[in-house]
Amino acid sequence: MVLRFNRKQLCIPYAVFLVLFVIVPLFVIAYYAFTDGQGKLSFENFENFFLNTNTLGTLLYSFALAIVTTFVCLLIAYPTAYILARSNFRKKHVLLMLFVLPMWINFTLRITALKEILSALEGNISAYPFLNSVIGMSYDFLPFMILPLYTSLLKLDKSLLEAAADLGGNKFTVFLRVTLPLSVPGIISGVTMVLLPSMTNYVVLDMLYNSTYIMGSLIGSYFSAYDWNNGSMIALILLAIIFVVTLVTDRFSDKDTANRGAVL
Amino acid sequence: MGKSENIIELIDVRKVFDDETVAVDCFNLQVKKGEFVTFLGPSGCGKTTTLRMIAGFDIPTSGKILLNGEDISRLPPNKRPVNTVFQKYALFPHLNVYENVAFGLRLKRVSEERVDRNGKTVTKFIRLGKSEIDRKVKKALEIVDLEGFEKRSVSTLSGGQQQRIAIARAIVNEPEILLLDEPLGALDLKMRKEMQVELKNMHKKLGITFIYVTHDQEEALTMSDKIVVINDGEIQQTGTPTEIYNEPLNTFVADFIGESNIFNGAVVGKLKVKFCGATFDCLDDYEINQLVDVVVRPEDIRICKPGEGQLTGRVISSVFKGVHYEITVQIGKFEIIIQSTSDAPVGGTIGLRIEPDGIHLMEKVYTVNKYDGVITKNNTVEFGDGNFECDLTKLYKGSHIDEEGYLVTAEGEKKDLTGVEVNVEVAPSDISMTDDLNAGGAKGNIISMIYKGDHYRYIVRTEENEEDYVLSCPDMWNTGDLVGVVIAKDKIKLALKPAEEEK
Repeated sequence: MVLRFNRKQLCIPYAVFLVLFVIVPLFVIAYYAFTDGQGKLSFENFENFFLNTNTLGTLLYSFALAIVTTFVCLLIAYPTAYILARSNFRKKHVLLMLFVLPMWINFTLRITALKEILSALEGNISAYPFLNSVIGMSYDFLPFMILPLYTSLLKLDKSLLEAAADLGGNKFTVFLRVTLPLSVPGIISGVTMVLLPSMTNYVVLDMLYNSTYIMGSLIGSYFSAYDWNNGSMIALILLAIIFVVTLVTDRFSDKDTANRGAVL
Repeated sequence: MGKSENIIELIDVRKVFDDETVAVDCFNLQVKKGEFVTFLGPSGCGKTTTLRMIAGFDIPTSGKILLNGEDISRLPPNKRPVNTVFQKYALFPHLNVYENVAFGLRLKRVSEERVDRNGKTVTKFIRLGKSEIDRKVKKALEIVDLEGFEKRSVSTLSGGQQQRIAIARAIVNEPEILLLDEPLGALDLKMRKEMQVELKNMHKKLGITFIYVTHDQEEALTMSDKIVVINDGEIQQTGTPTEIYNEPLNTFVADFIGESNIFNGAVVGKLKVKFCGATFDCLDDYEINQLVDVVVRPEDIRICKPGEGQLTGRVISSVFKGVHYEITVQIGKFEIIIQSTSDAPVGGTIGLRIEPDGIHLMEKVYTVNKYDGVITKNNTVEFGDGNFECDLTKLYKGSHIDEEGYLVTAEGEKKDLTGVEVNVEVAPSDISMTDDLNAGGAKGNIISMIYKGDHYRYIVRTEENEEDYVLSCPDMWNTGDLVGVVIAKDKIKLALKPAEEEK
């Protein structure tokens, strides 16, 4: 028998990978989320989450933290990306590299360094948990905001800006009516890449001696207490939230940028 | 008097880019109100740069641009009553057709006089009303024949439709001048022809001044009231399409507009010129013995029986082109292209006849290459971005070079000539090109080639200081080739500069 090779067979490794590491774990999580300690079907974990003011508070706090972090990142990243994309400086990719470089330095090292700086500035760093969390996360996620913005601004056709000026727009109106709307895909992919991770990345908080809880820390604490059922439920809820957010942003960018594709 | 007639006037406009390339130089032009003016030239000739300076995207390095007599050269684009149709349309992808066209109207503020509470009249700048914008957008879309497309996304439109939207977006603002930067370049031939006619009609209907940039000579000839032929950043000729076609001022214009046969000729008598080995009557009056370029349009040459015309030659090819045949005839070492409605058998001998009004003489622009040179080492002169070996003994009669390399004059005086400035002259026929870049004294790119019947005339330009070498060569090279420039030692004519002679 001749061994026939079909191009479709190339997808087998990926399919195996997906089943083993994505689909099966998802079912395992779902199983734990909807059972109690004895393995009986129950919605107790679900009720635990939504009837407990502590967990709901953590959810809101995580949201607030993530939104503020994303906003701070956007505020810093947009002008940076704009200037970088527009400058005539020949070595601008070197400048861009300077902003992206921290991404390649070990995470622990970066946050430890930040901790030292914050301690020197604030004294007792546990006194400003929210502020420090925002600083830490923004520092960590800034490159993920700059890169998509930079690419979307770089791709912007200069003749569109000239056309807008030609039709009577001054610098400000040209920015408001052309540059900004056309960089929306970049903003959306930047926001997606910062907002969701910053809801769960509790390692930053831990390393900054932070006593506050976000969603990630909640899951972590349940699991370290061997309460897999409640931990799984929260993970599942988070997954649902992320799914909804992605759905909304996708709709948004699709409508605005037909045929041009999102950035990155 | 002249001021009120000219809507726009360019005075000595010059544009040098950051990397020191001169894009536009000595540009002087007057455009009358309502004219359809075309900037015509090969790509990279500076026509688009000139347009961009009128639009305000580029600021001239020196010179003035007057609009209705007022200097606008430094005004930003949004302050100029000028709108542009861009080469690649530059429609806003995030807006639909209506919003694209309304873009300029929404930004517009019109002055309105109102009487305030105290009874004083004050001028206020107000936005256009919604109904007014609606009306204007509708009218603009009607002009470009795209009614009912308001809600469509621009990405769903074809190239031709996008082109029309771009035009509508510009004319809706009622500019005093409409600038069009190769607007039909991306359309297919049939669509382009249609749009040419439509643009011309639009120009008549709207009555505004059009400045149109193209590299397509046919487009320029069909549409314009006035053509400005540009090459190398400078105006070559300005005139009506008929003037440009029938009376080209130089060989560049003749070669660029339409098909031409260009020959080297010499004036041999009153209104008589000799080229291709025969003498012809002509209408242009030049001094006897002057060397001239002769331009003959292919359609001005008639076929007759051998011996009856001024020229007799052998047909080497004949190609059917629809309305006419393009026939190439070999006469001695010259080749002539003719257009004729009747065919001639390949290999057959025919006579050719050219009437006096079909012969255009023009002064030779390049008869000799002249450079400023400096003597660098013994027997080497630096000029035209290169170092060439020369015979310095020609500078002083009877002199020779001694064994140490000093020049000894006839009187026995020793001279050190290093650093002395000289005038250098080289005839075009004494320069040759080589593929070996280091073999020549200088190297440069071929920027122009014109076929002259039995040889090509090339211009080689060096990169460093943009020095030009004009040369003639029977072989065909490609424009853009990087070549070495070779000049034989004894063909370089040197003369001391007057200032040096006094020393």
